[in-house]
Amino acid sequence: MDKETKREIILDNYQNPMNKGLKDDKSYILKNTNNESCIDNIDMMLKAENGVIKDILFDGEACAICTSATSIIIRNLIGKTLEEAEKIIKNYQNMINEKEYDKELLGELLVYDDIYMQPNRKKCALLPSDAVERILEVIRNEN
Amino acid sequence: MNRDDFPILNSGIIYFDNGATTLKPKCVVDKMIDYYTKYTSNIHRGDYDNAMKTNEAYDEVRELVRDLINAKNISEIVYTSGTTESLNLVAFGFFKKYLKKDDEVLINKAEHASNILPWLVLQKEIGIKVKYIPLDENRELTIENIKKTITDKTKVISVAHISNVIGDIRDIEQIGKICKEKNIYFVVDAAQSISHYKIDVEKANIDFLAFSAHKMMGPTGVGILYGKKELLDKTDPLKYGGGMNQNFESNGEYVLKTAPIKFEAGTPPIAEVIGLGEAIKYIKKIGVDKIHKYELELKEYMVEELSKIPNIILYNKNSKSGILAFNVEGVFSQDTSVYLNHYNIAIRAGNHCAKVLKDDLDIKNTCRVSLCLYNTKEEIDVLIKALKNSKDIFKVVI
Ligand SMILES: Cc1ncc(COP(=O)(O)O)c(C=O)c1O
Repeated sequence: MDKETKREIILDNYQNPMNKGLKDDKSYILKNTNNESCIDNIDMMLKAENGVIKDILFDGEACAICTSATSIIIRNLIGKTLEEAEKIIKNYQNMINEKEYDKELLGELLVYDDIYMQPNRKKCALLPSDAVERILEVIRNEN
Repeated sequence: MNRDDFPILNSGIIYFDNGATTLKPKCVVDKMIDYYTKYTSNIHRGDYDNAMKTNEAYDEVRELVRDLINAKNISEIVYTSGTTESLNLVAFGFFKKYLKKDDEVLINKAEHASNILPWLVLQKEIGIKVKYIPLDENRELTIENIKKTITDKTKVISVAHISNVIGDIRDIEQIGKICKEKNIYFVVDAAQSISHYKIDVEKANIDFLAFSAHKMMGPTGVGILYGKKELLDKTDPLKYGGGMNQNFESNGEYVLKTAPIKFEAGTPPIAEVIGLGEAIKYIKKIGVDKIHKYELELKEYMVEELSKIPNIILYNKNSKSGILAFNVEGVFSQDTSVYLNHYNIAIRAGNHCAKVLKDDLDIKNTCRVSLCLYNTKEEIDVLIKALKNSKDIFKVVI
């Protein structure tokens, strides 16, 4: 992906993020993530039924990288099974952390494949994946 | 001014994050290197030449600090690790013993975490009441609001001399006068003011004063607690060990040394204390009043220029210190600071450790420029130019 396309995708997801705004609905599981090394602060809530992710919402104040990553993750995960979601998150985290990962799984999340060049922004990109990971863990423990 | 004294500036950095920590002049660094390369030794323990030289260099700094803040006696000057430790020592070493349930401590929402959390802990532990003096429409602390908040139960007023987000200079002499009249303890956090504004602990009737060396062109790792002698005598140490005891026996008896030594257990940051002394000499040579006047001139210039840019929001135009909080409309503060980094401009984005201020500031995060004497109008011009181009922000940061 060239730099211009990446920028467009990121900016679009930052300025018009998917599913911003939370609901008061107990069928969702909610987690807050607060970036300890910077100032992003987001809440995410996820609803799963029969092993499939039905909906994900988020809210909070965060930078362009964090907000866009949250939006793209939400786009990618809705409709996936919990196992698929776990795999995507794992591979996404590997990409950000410069480990081996499967490109095929990540779709638009590949816009962050060179974010490691700005180490202070890795945490911003990882924040939504931390939240989703923790929610998936709760679901796994429930079952 | 004095840019040649700061070798780091040769790198071309435009350093506007002085509220976080200031740069260090070469004389301070050299003084510390001297200790490490020429006469390293511990304090108060040796009879050899280098040890005596260390003692002298280390002890002399207490007098420099005393003179800087016009304390009565060097026994009122405690070396700590910084403002945070100083304020914790005040809260837990003194007030934990002397305050009772329902006694009121007045602070305000623009304080740094280190002047809020210790009080909140005391609130939980011993039932004191932490009350917030309301800020005015400019988010500044006024004498009128202080007077209104005081009740018969008010025992302590604890405020920053200069707030680290809004940069307003609190009238500590006036507050000190009120405290004296009403028999209220007066604690001042001077972290942001010590090298920018004159402080006289006697004139302002201050009971405890805290500051850090690293925000006054000195090294990290050392700070000061000033306390009135009769109060320090009643304050308990938070650390026990070598250097601070007179005597101890296996039967459990022990006698501590007197203030300030009883607070300084263990080997202190010797090089840093010596560096602090040099920083004080450096500041005195230039003159605090001159520093403040220059920084205020810079700030006023910056406000004037930034006000001309339509999409810049300024939060504290009028405060009289070199601190300016702003945002670019519609841009998260961290994105702005990443953007400015591309111009080699260092600013701070965030809540500036004043997390409860968000209740009043209707916005959680801001960008902050904080000035020091080595900053220049030319540097501000670079900032202005970058912010004028801010429609390109996302081209740069993404
Ligand atoms: C007003 C104020 N108080 C206290 C502190 C804490 O200082 P330190 O981290 O050196 O202990 C700071 C530092 O940011 C400050 O700005």
